[in-house]
Amino acid sequence: MVVTCSPHIRDNASTQSIMRDVLIALVPALIASVLVFGFSALLRVIVCVIFAVGSEYLFEKACGRPITISDYSAAVTGVLLAYNLPPELPLWMAAFGSIVAIVAVKQLFGGIGHNFANPAITARIVLLISFAGPMTTWVIPDTVSGATPLGLIAAGELEKLPPVTSMFLGTIGGCLGETSALALLLGFAYLLYRKVITWHIPVFFVGTVFVLTALVGYNPVYQVLAGGLLLGAIFMATDYSTSPLTVKGQIIYAIGCGFITFMIRIFGNYPEGVSFSILLMNIIAPHITNLTLNKPLGGVSK
Amino acid sequence: MSIKRLSGAHVPHYKNTASCAPVRMPAPAKVTIPMGMHIGAPCTPVVKVGDLVKVGQVIGEAAGFVSVPVHASVSGKVTALTEIQVANGSFAKAVVIESDGEQAVSETVVPPVVETYEQFTAALRASGLVGLGGAGFPTTVKFSVKDPSKVEYLLINGAECEPYITSDTRTMVDDADHIVKGAMTIRKFLGVKNIAIVIEDNKPEAVEIFRKKTADIEGFTVEAMPSLYPQGGEKVLIHNVTGRDVPEGKLPLDVGCIVINCTSLAFISKYLETGMPLVEKCITVDGSAVANPQNVIAPIGTALSDIFAFCGGYKAEPKKILLGGPMMGIAVPDDSVPLLKNNNAILAFAEKEASLPATTACIKCGRCAAACPAGLMPMQIERAYKLKNVDELNRLKVMLCMECGCCSFVCPAKRELVLVNKLSKGMVRAAMPPKK
Repeated sequence: MVVTCSPHIRDNASTQSIMRDVLIALVPALIASVLVFGFSALLRVIVCVIFAVGSEYLFEKACGRPITISDYSAAVTGVLLAYNLPPELPLWMAAFGSIVAIVAVKQLFGGIGHNFANPAITARIVLLISFAGPMTTWVIPDTVSGATPLGLIAAGELEKLPPVTSMFLGTIGGCLGETSALALLLGFAYLLYRKVITWHIPVFFVGTVFVLTALVGYNPVYQVLAGGLLLGAIFMATDYSTSPLTVKGQIIYAIGCGFITFMIRIFGNYPEGVSFSILLMNIIAPHITNLTLNKPLGGVSK
Repeated sequence: MSIKRLSGAHVPHYKNTASCAPVRMPAPAKVTIPMGMHIGAPCTPVVKVGDLVKVGQVIGEAAGFVSVPVHASVSGKVTALTEIQVANGSFAKAVVIESDGEQAVSETVVPPVVETYEQFTAALRASGLVGLGGAGFPTTVKFSVKDPSKVEYLLINGAECEPYITSDTRTMVDDADHIVKGAMTIRKFLGVKNIAIVIEDNKPEAVEIFRKKTADIEGFTVEAMPSLYPQGGEKVLIHNVTGRDVPEGKLPLDVGCIVINCTSLAFISKYLETGMPLVEKCITVDGSAVANPQNVIAPIGTALSDIFAFCGGYKAEPKKILLGGPMMGIAVPDDSVPLLKNNNAILAFAEKEASLPATTACIKCGRCAAACPAGLMPMQIERAYKLKNVDELNRLKVMLCMECGCCSFVCPAKRELVLVNKLSKGMVRAAMPPKK
């Protein structure tokens, strides 16, 4: 006879089913990426996933830990890292980034749920600082090479900006998974429908950037559609382990992400600030949780 | 006034037996009646081996204010005074009666004279009634109110939010008149203005019956609530109906509410009519290992194995047997344990349902906190528990946990959060200074 603590029934959702949903939500962006940048985009996604999953397997094997690759979280990290890379980045750099994400950022801190920073974001920043040239060499569809919309805005060459429809569909320069707002929003809708995430972080993050850039005289629609804002706000800032656990905390965190993104984009040296903003807010997320604990029913503070 | 309803979990319903009118099983060959079936001091046995007893005769006297007597549920001979381990793990004295099959009723079973409030609470005590929703708190204590004018709401709990269980549903469908009459009796003695029966909307038949029966009664409302577990939790129910929150360490009465289970209320009416104390209980018998799931009326103290046998026995080898529903029910080590006053279901599960999925690492998704009706943060509690940090457990208000099971149910990593909460509460209690 089995004697266990209640409850004796459990919901069907598992870590694996949640990560599978995230992968499904990332499919539209993959399709858009291949349509815009061609086979090279797909190749980078495949390399990143193989190296992310492979390094998780080997590291856990070497440490004698249970193998967790079947929860798909390493695959999600691989896809997200690839989406944050320029479409023609040398493959070995993509592979290196995947190993950094999984081994240095995730596994060294204890594996899934224990990392304090988003693995894909942190690995992207490591690559950006290590390989500044290749990480900022963009392929602009229809031309040979050139600048991204954010690069053009930073350079003040507003007349060269692509039309809003191109930015919405994604036929512009940028990282391979970030360009198509349409594809990312489809993924967002799926995540909401499957209740994997709530709307708070993406809406407050994007909303903050929209409002602040509009206040200082930029075109807020361009600011939202350009760069990695939608990819970051929907798929990276909402990472469970590295965002606050309370709704109130998530709103504060998202506004913080939006504010830092705004500061870097408008006043900083880098044209883009989404990655840095998420990493910085990741670091204080546990403190935000701690300061915004839910109020218990009938709780009396002492 | 719009009330923001509390969180919860969308648990499956499995109300397979909702249409099964209860069947009374014949007296078993033997019953084992524990002396502690309520919250509070256990009873003192007042029979000895060899005594002949009849149905309704007192066999255990109440020992203190928070205590109610225990009665013989079969007629026959006392064959042993023993000690058994009851479902919560503690040991209790028990009286074993061998049934003579006659079910002769004791001469002491006569309708009580109830004209004053004092006589009413005395009758409740003599009836042996405990909260039949599952808590097992002596009903007489609940109604021993010093200042009846403070009671603004009588809330009748017909939510029955646990999966599988339909015994309250059957009371509401088959015995609605006794429920209404019981409410009127309480209104007579306490003068309570607002009476509401709370029913989850997955029981439309019961909702319909009460809408009809109470239409002409002033201040009697039928609250059809969404089926969101744990709608029937006492504090949840009070919040969702009145918008009031019972403060930490206080009772429903402190916010002007008394909550009573619908079957308890029907029992009160029947007791006042007949004087037959609480000697039998309608329970839902269900689960994948049971041949003929149904609602059964069984004498208190009947071994679960006898009840399952009455329901056609097991159709698969039982691997887990529960007293109560799957969200809060207690798993018992074998089927020889007796039926208690406050049980409302016994469930037997085969291999597939008995085993739980493997636990994996917390991914900090926050679903446990989002589901918690008490607004607690189970993942934070688990961390504090591992660190043995009592101050942090107190800050996180772990003592407010009602152990409803929502957190463990929704956890995608299948973590044993309820278990951790129970252990954390033990840790906090152990660290409390002794009461003076």
